[in-house]
Amino acid sequence: MEALALQALNGLASASSLFLVSAGLTIIFGVSRIVNFAHGSFYMLGAYLAWTLTSQGPLAEWGGFWGFWGAVLLAALAVGVIGAAAEVLVLRRVYQAPELFQLLATFALVLVVQDLALLLWGAEDKFGPRAPLLRGAVEILGLRFPRYELFMIVVGPVVLGLLWLLLHRTRFGILLRAATQDREMVAALGVDQRRLFTGVFFLGAALAGLAGALQLPREAVTLHMDMAIIVEAFVVVVVGGLGSLPGAFLAALLIGELHAFGILAFPRITLVLVFLVMAAVLVLRPYGLLGRRPSGLQPAAPMAAPLPPPSGRRQRVLVTLPAAVVLLLLPPFLGDYARILLTDFAVFILFAASLHFIMGPGGMASFGHAAYFGAGAYAAALLTRHMGAPMEVGLALAPFAAGLVGLLFGWLCVRFSGVYAAMLTLALAQIAWSIAFQWVEVTGGDNGILGVWPSDWARDRLSFWYLALLLCSLGTWLLRRAIRAPFGLALRAQRDSPLRAEAVGLDGFRLRWLGFALAAAMAGLAGAVFAYGKGSVFPSFLGIPRSVDALVMVLLGGVQTLSGPILGAVAYIGLQDQLARVTDLWRLLLGLVILALVLFFPRGLAGAIARPEPRA
Amino acid sequence: MHRFTARTPRSGVAVPRRPLLAAMALGGLASPGILRAQTAAIRIGEINSYTAQPAFLGPYRNGWLLAQEQVNANGGIHGRPLETVFRDDAGKPEDAVRMAGELVSSERVALLAGGYLSNVGLALADFALQNKSLYAASEPLTDALVWSKGNRYTFRLRPSTYMQAAMLVEEAAKLPIRRWATIAPNYEYGQSAVRWFRELLSRKRPDVEFVGEQFPALGRIEAGSTVQALERMRPEGIFNVTFSTDLLNFVRQGNTRGLFEGRSVASMLSGEPEYLEPLGEECPDGWIVTGYPRDDLDNPVHVALREAYRARFGDLPRCGSIVGYDTVQAIAAMLRKAGGTETEAMVEAFRGIRYQTGYGTGEVEFRALDHQATLGAFVGRTKLEGRRGKMVNWHYADGARYLPDDEQVKAWRPQG
Amino acid sequence: MRPVLEAAGLTKRWGGIQAVDGVSFALAPGEILALIGPNGAGKSTCFNMLNGQIRPDGGRVLLRGQDVTGLPPRRIWRLGVGRTFQVTATFASMSVLDNVRLVLLSHHRRLFRFWRPASDLFGQEALALLERVGMAGQAGRISGILAYGDLKRLELAMALAHAPSLLLMDEPTAGMAPADRLEMMAQMVGVARRSGIAVLFTEHDMDVVFAHADRLLVLDRGRLIAEGPPEAVRRDPLVRDVYLGQGLG
Repeated sequence: MEALALQALNGLASASSLFLVSAGLTIIFGVSRIVNFAHGSFYMLGAYLAWTLTSQGPLAEWGGFWGFWGAVLLAALAVGVIGAAAEVLVLRRVYQAPELFQLLATFALVLVVQDLALLLWGAEDKFGPRAPLLRGAVEILGLRFPRYELFMIVVGPVVLGLLWLLLHRTRFGILLRAATQDREMVAALGVDQRRLFTGVFFLGAALAGLAGALQLPREAVTLHMDMAIIVEAFVVVVVGGLGSLPGAFLAALLIGELHAFGILAFPRITLVLVFLVMAAVLVLRPYGLLGRRPSGLQPAAPMAAPLPPPSGRRQRVLVTLPAAVVLLLLPPFLGDYARILLTDFAVFILFAASLHFIMGPGGMASFGHAAYFGAGAYAAALLTRHMGAPMEVGLALAPFAAGLVGLLFGWLCVRFSGVYAAMLTLALAQIAWSIAFQWVEVTGGDNGILGVWPSDWARDRLSFWYLALLLCSLGTWLLRRAIRAPFGLALRAQRDSPLRAEAVGLDGFRLRWLGFALAAAMAGLAGAVFAYGKGSVFPSFLGIPRSVDALVMVLLGGVQTLSGPILGAVAYIGLQDQLARVTDLWRLLLGLVILALVLFFPRGLAGAIARPEPRA
Repeated sequence: MHRFTARTPRSGVAVPRRPLLAAMALGGLASPGILRAQTAAIRIGEINSYTAQPAFLGPYRNGWLLAQEQVNANGGIHGRPLETVFRDDAGKPEDAVRMAGELVSSERVALLAGGYLSNVGLALADFALQNKSLYAASEPLTDALVWSKGNRYTFRLRPSTYMQAAMLVEEAAKLPIRRWATIAPNYEYGQSAVRWFRELLSRKRPDVEFVGEQFPALGRIEAGSTVQALERMRPEGIFNVTFSTDLLNFVRQGNTRGLFEGRSVASMLSGEPEYLEPLGEECPDGWIVTGYPRDDLDNPVHVALREAYRARFGDLPRCGSIVGYDTVQAIAAMLRKAGGTETEAMVEAFRGIRYQTGYGTGEVEFRALDHQATLGAFVGRTKLEGRRGKMVNWHYADGARYLPDDEQVKAWRPQG
Repeated sequence: MRPVLEAAGLTKRWGGIQAVDGVSFALAPGEILALIGPNGAGKSTCFNMLNGQIRPDGGRVLLRGQDVTGLPPRRIWRLGVGRTFQVTATFASMSVLDNVRLVLLSHHRRLFRFWRPASDLFGQEALALLERVGMAGQAGRISGILAYGDLKRLELAMALAHAPSLLLMDEPTAGMAPADRLEMMAQMVGVARRSGIAVLFTEHDMDVVFAHADRLLVLDRGRLIAEGPPEAVRRDPLVRDVYLGQGLG
């Protein structure tokens, strides 16, 4: 019994630090509607800066109480400044861009910060000092409990209280709350939005930095902190309700205690537990625990760009035909690696095209698209491993398997909109990932399934390239046809105006659901081709990084174009491959390149080279 | 200062800078017809998770480069220098497979090496089997690599999970305690380490009981709660498999909460400098660990290596450095014997090859039976001296002594 | 003749407010009926219960005798009820022609087709409909950049594409300059009369109402207070009272 009580205290301590990170994230989202991937990086920077300040320089020499706490506060402020700088230098320039495009910019920041941290602080984990006055432990119910954890338990509610005061007792806070509820109104009141947004980023980033700095006495500072925290923080924010501080607090408590007691009851599946809870909460309360349905009129969604007219004979002769000729005739003269790379391009083009189908014409976002890629890959691999099925069977059945998963997950997801739907796809993808990871007897766990090689006739790289080219072009072509077919027209219609679509007999739910499943099936085909190309499948096929890859490819290429996913996939995979061969700092370079693209081509690569829109 | 990013593409590190299109256009056209001169370098393709595991793999690559420079300074392999093309798989096995394809087909490497994570190692081993390329696995610990999924083309240097667990069991069995709890990262390495420890210890000591287990997700330990949960099991001994960040957080919370007081701890790899040094003052006393007592290992071979490393990189070697160093030495020995870079000849040469380990503890053999090297590890106790931990009372545990008997190995490796 | 549309005792409460309270009326085939009332009288709520967007708390809606109470809008549309919105709603990223084409595809139940380009289907029919509202010349333009009046015409073409027997128009001239309103309404009503479509519309502009409606329904605070031909309603003292100072008469 005593042990359980202490476990609850452990949960509270974790909850506090989770809350600090999530509070910043939810404030930033509430006002700017930016899904800030870089929030974990702010957190990590806070921890590293605090480590530096407590281990070298004047504060470290000063030492003691003020040395430590001064370092923590200074680190938080410094991160706040960094956040404000990121807003001014990068994000401010892309507010007008299509939804989620800012996400690409923040993703680039993540890459840049990862490598900068490695350069500045080195690869080894850092241990910070313990906090003055809070070293050691106290006896609670006969068990030892660290003083610092007790302090952490207090920090959460105190920060919540301070934020409440800030939001309700200051002009900045009142504006901030108003902007969270109705951005247009605040603009109409003549408030300087730029300063407000910069201020919000300062506040949000400083909170993340504070959370990171406060981890110093609890945890080692590492280069993996950013990724470890960001997903969890998103979960907290979404479970609590986007933009709701009390909601974030409540959700942080829930998740913190879930961790603490989860390891007692289910020591092996704590990570999944979080996502199961998130999925359950969203299904029962679509806007989170304390979130509100966006009130009043739907904010006028920015008008989606029209589809370019179908390619005429001219374009077919000038672009498609030569491309086909090159792709068919050149590879026999290329080396094996070029064929492997081409095969990867084909796979990722189809993968990106399938996500684009959901995001562009469908108007839905998915943060978990890798689930279907992985479902196809695992379907093929399981058929091979457990039934000895040949490649042809695996390739034929994989899209159906992935499509079924898409039907199941889609049924849950497509009834929601925006970030909630996206986060639900993420949760479901994580659940799928954990099945692949944990069900060792069937899936081989993290060691994956090996020996998923093509049939003999397709085993050499050239034949396999032709096979991949055929299947991936077919899939991509099918998706493009579907976009221009009545189904795609209807899908775009329900995206443009749900109200009008319903009023002309369109069943939005069914359209989105089927569209989701079709995209999933195509992602599954891509996954299966990928599996046979690599000869193996691993849980990483359906991990978050792969979902992020897909998202980046689509955004990079441009959501509202047809050639976007093709350009995006080629650019992203090509850049990654080339940069990784040239330098260990490829993440830094890739991040900078993406930032440049975001700033200069806010409509994506395809948007940048497309013809100008017809004007009135 | 860390050394990881201090890339030194001086001697023998090929860094291709060809743009993509040129690579695609020329990849297949360029090399095959050209006859290589007798002095052309022998190229090794090395794949590792450099950006995902920089703390371990930076020193590893340094050790590798040092060995390569030494080999080349001594005339290379029958006059041909060694050259290595490094690739970063970012921790993704599928990327590792792609790079393996690139290295073999475009970079024309004679053999593949590397791998840190077990799944990367297994993926590369399977690639080697399919493509009939030689793969010298340096780091991955999984037993499957040489046993259940072992193949003709894959050889592994480091003592495996089984061997390291067996080394700890030997010491743990001498303890008078009976109640054990385990904590391990929740993936194959952690799971197998716990399984072997339980099985081997129970065999030696039928009276022990295992009172509970914790499997935190790799890199995501909730240290406070986990320590509390272990405390609740009231074990007399704890078998720890966590490493790196998880280990740091586990130890700090465990120290604060007194988890380790009056308890014995047996811990995999924790004596390796890469894990022991970051602990600093938190280093616990008296843990039974496998590792590498770098500063006190004063035999002439190792002292020379340590000094050469310090002179070259301005830093002291880590365990990974020795692994990198030894991998190159083993490959060099194999190449001298093979007399060429034809894969089947290299495989035959690798089977049973012997080389001198940088530990200075003598010869190591790659067993023909299962392609596992007999490289061992040091087993000792941790001790806090001043502000940092070190290994004391250590001895070298020769890997050959911690492998199951041949019949058992054959049963586990039916493919031969 | 059986009425096209019948409302029987429609009732809706929002929190404590009785938005619509026992409203009953009927609409004959081909009849043009206006639903008027001051702000907050319950026009919109009443209207949205008829088209299925709001589920009534009480009462029934009948379409040619069939009970459609509580059906979703798309089902009511399927039964032959066209609709225009107060704030125009078209598919902004699509061309004018495609907007109409989509409705035709929906009408003919051809939406779940994945292969043949939509542009091959119903082009002539869509153009013909645009012709009827005078929009054929703008068929290729993106609807998101149309002038307001053209959007209204497009909406009308989209409604006609379904060959409805009843057209529900929520403030069809809202947002237009007073001078253009009468003209716009004349065009809409003209099209409806030529096609024999019954129309129910709400409207603020009394000039428009009196110029075009066959009959008026007057709502006040959720109740129907008057009903009849324009002249009768204009003279009704209760209506005059409600609209005092609002330019009635």
